[in-house]
Amino acid sequence: MMIEALIAVALIGALVTFMAPNRIAGKLAFAISLVPAALSIWMFTAFDGSGNALLDGTLAFESHLEWIQLGEYSISWFVGVDGISLPLVVLTTILTSLAIMSSWTPIDDRESQFYGLILFIEANLIGVFTALDFFLWFIFWEAVLIPMYLLIGIWGGPRRKYAAIKFFVYTNVASLVMFGAFIALIFGLGDGVTSFALPEIANAMLNGGPEGLFGLEGTTLASVVFIAMFLGFAVKVPVVPFHTWLPDAHVQAPTPASVLLAGVLLKMGTYALLRFNFTMFPDQVEAYAVPIAAIAVISVIYGAMLALAQTDLKRIVAYSSVSSMGYVILGLVAYTQFGVGGATFQMVSHGLISGLMFMAVGVIYNATHTRLVTDMSGMADRMPVAVGILVAGAFGYMGLPLMSGFAAEYFIFFGAFGADFPYAPLFTSLAMFGIVIVAGYLLFALQRAVFGPYELETDYEVSRAPLHDIAPMFVLLGLIIALGVAPDLIFQMITDAVDPILSGGDL
Amino acid sequence: MAVFQLAEWTAMAPALILAGTALALFVFDSISPHSTNRSLLAGTAAGGALASLAVAVWFIVAGVGTPTVDGGLGEITVLSDQFVVDQMALYFMIIVAIVTALIVVASYDYLVGHAYQAEYYSLVVLAATGMSMMAAANSLVTIFIALELASLPSYALVAILKDNRGSVEAGLKYFLIGALSSAIFLYGISLVYGATGHLQLDNIAEVIAAGDADPYGGLLGLGILMLIGGFAFKTASVPFHFWAPDAYEGAPAPISGFLSSASKAAGFVILFRVFTEAFPLGDQMNALIGFDWTVAFIILAIVTMTVGNFAAATQNNVKRMLAYSSIGHAGYALIGVAGLSADGGELVMGAAMMHLLVYGFMNTGAFLFVALAEHWGVGRTFEDYNGLSRQAPIACAAMAVFMFSLAGIPPFGGFFSKFFLFMGALEASAANTAMLAVAAALVVNSALSLYYYSRLVKALWIEEPATTRDRLARPTGLYAAIVVAAVMTVLILPGFGPVVDAALDAAVAALG
Repeated sequence: MMIEALIAVALIGALVTFMAPNRIAGKLAFAISLVPAALSIWMFTAFDGSGNALLDGTLAFESHLEWIQLGEYSISWFVGVDGISLPLVVLTTILTSLAIMSSWTPIDDRESQFYGLILFIEANLIGVFTALDFFLWFIFWEAVLIPMYLLIGIWGGPRRKYAAIKFFVYTNVASLVMFGAFIALIFGLGDGVTSFALPEIANAMLNGGPEGLFGLEGTTLASVVFIAMFLGFAVKVPVVPFHTWLPDAHVQAPTPASVLLAGVLLKMGTYALLRFNFTMFPDQVEAYAVPIAAIAVISVIYGAMLALAQTDLKRIVAYSSVSSMGYVILGLVAYTQFGVGGATFQMVSHGLISGLMFMAVGVIYNATHTRLVTDMSGMADRMPVAVGILVAGAFGYMGLPLMSGFAAEYFIFFGAFGADFPYAPLFTSLAMFGIVIVAGYLLFALQRAVFGPYELETDYEVSRAPLHDIAPMFVLLGLIIALGVAPDLIFQMITDAVDPILSGGDL
Repeated sequence: MAVFQLAEWTAMAPALILAGTALALFVFDSISPHSTNRSLLAGTAAGGALASLAVAVWFIVAGVGTPTVDGGLGEITVLSDQFVVDQMALYFMIIVAIVTALIVVASYDYLVGHAYQAEYYSLVVLAATGMSMMAAANSLVTIFIALELASLPSYALVAILKDNRGSVEAGLKYFLIGALSSAIFLYGISLVYGATGHLQLDNIAEVIAAGDADPYGGLLGLGILMLIGGFAFKTASVPFHFWAPDAYEGAPAPISGFLSSASKAAGFVILFRVFTEAFPLGDQMNALIGFDWTVAFIILAIVTMTVGNFAAATQNNVKRMLAYSSIGHAGYALIGVAGLSADGGELVMGAAMMHLLVYGFMNTGAFLFVALAEHWGVGRTFEDYNGLSRQAPIACAAMAVFMFSLAGIPPFGGFFSKFFLFMGALEASAANTAMLAVAAALVVNSALSLYYYSRLVKALWIEEPATTRDRLARPTGLYAAIVVAAVMTVLILPGFGPVVDAALDAAVAALG
């Protein structure tokens, strides 16, 4: 019942916060969000699962209740965590608490609605990472859209209406494509499947696969579904060329929403790719490895090049997310223990680092009301702590050893270099080149904005940031370093859940 | 169970309670015609609707309509089979009672300062009585009588704002088209009677099965087409949909909600019953009338949902947009008949029934929000609604729930029923590949509908108001009805298991 408790606290908290007076909403939401955070950390320490949730692993905190019987298919409330999902749950709850605290300064309008929506997102994100029934999972997956749409649309920047609707339309159309494909797959699997439970579907896929549907051969159907689902998730991740909603959404979104968007919402895409495409379709992964790896490398390089061309700090961080997500795809397609494990590790690591970066940029913006690198100079002079953290985060992005970014990228490159698909070493080396560009644009931006003599034309008083802006960033920095020094904190658990995928569920 | 040691006619209690309530309201009015006790009137009407709801739920739980082999009480027939109380009848009686209760509670505030309140409530409850009887009507005669009992008060209700030109015009339009479609429907009944010699639905089926109607195949086919015309009017489907936008726009908003939810559901129940009971599908039927009537419904379903959606997308007036969206939803529900086949279709018909229940909450709620906006006097267009969430966050949150639910976005009820319709259509495509086109049309139309539904959410939540408004009132009744409808639209999630079971059982029984 732990997972239910997490979701229920967030949901009820959302409702309570929504009704609460604006004055106390921020503090109230923070207090409420500490409960799921604490519970999930307890879950982390008490985790007793093993193996992969979809492939006959032992689930932790499982609960399975019959919900709806629809013709021959049963739909159930089926939740549980394994070594892949639990770190993401913990990431979600911690990042939500920190994002709430970081909103105390910038959010000064309709606070109760803002914090209510943040908690509502949290509930659904936890649901996405824990649901093991397709129908249930899809509800949570889609339910994330509405609050994020409103967060961007109401509290966003000048072009918020455009950014909000673009975000909504892109991701919703992608979801429909993916949804239609998966339903077709369930029908194609025929009598072998009698429920929407993901383990059952994964099992049926690995033992025979679909029989065919609408005149399509079974293998053709599997390929079509694989491609449609890949495209559906690719928008969410996002990979080039489906990334154009991301910079708009990020730049217009209020900082706390950006933190959640980059930190957790993007991971929904990669998590779903891992759970569906890379777990259920090993043959198609092998068949389409080269094009997927090419997409991954293009995302890495092109995303980084785009970041290089930006002058808005937030845009830089946003585009570098596209680049970082490219590494995740590369790790997944490598289909080795270090590749897939590293990709999962990168999901967590990037969640922390991008969250940190967006917070730091947000804190600077709160003081200066500009994000343009060209406007700023010598910020270190006025905001030493915030800027120091920004620099630390940037080094995390660049993959400085002893920070989690280094471990993640190292695992991915290590796993991808030795992968079986053709030209794996070539793709990997090309992707490695991305790091150089990342270092290039981050150092360039920092050098312009942070160092040198202080110079900023502004009517605002630029001074040190308040403690409640700084504290969340220190927590994140601590986690980044902890994971960088001791990746085994979660990597052990991740590889335990990843191994069965690579051996086709036989382990 | 001791329920039906009682006389058989008591099985019609959900409808009879409504009829009694309507009469009680008349009595109140004749005792003191010049004073208006709003609380008494609204309270009586709401109490009647809730009592009807409670009894219908009790019956369904107690097992009325559940086949005796499954331990139920079996279906109960009243007045020598003129009415049949089975699961489908009770299911739709529940929908009608729920919508009536919501409407009545909301009207308490909406009608402040209006004349003819007693007449208003008694007409609403009388119309609800007709709809409740439509749910149980089992012969073409009782169907027609119940239909007229529901329609005549509706005409008057649409036109009840006597000083409002729009309302009167809408009432007249609705009445004229209604009269025309009644005539067509009645003519269809006479043709079916001429071909088969029976009005009782099961007798018609027997005559057809025995081959006695063979010489009159063309006559029967024409009669069936005319019946479809009558249903299309009642459910606001193409080709008799064009009254709906005008009538809904001109009518008082609670009445628009009443007509577009309860009246539509009642139209669908007779549609389901007539076509599953009287004209069973099969080669014999097709050979007799010369066409497969599911084809007609497949075409109507696709055209109706597309017409409704595209027209809704171009509206600037919120009420008109909702009216067209209501046409679109009639198209979705028509899938329930289009997907029937000689040996199946329970899933798709059950899904259509679920959709009508969910629709009863979300659509009624949406119209009640419009009623609230009319009560505030903020205007009628999308722009007039800009930024309302600043002053009324709770009502606007409820409206956002209705809009996303109508668009079929999880986690709201509308997603469930649309998903089940989609699953049902896919399953039906095994028997009839044209259903694939219907399923595709459903998905495409749902995706398109998000455009205009989200436009309203955007107006309420994201846009800033053009002018400063005075403080907005919080009328208790309207607020309560809206919040209840919103909560039910959400809470139907965990409770969907029993709803699915009830709807599917009813569909299985109807098709069995």
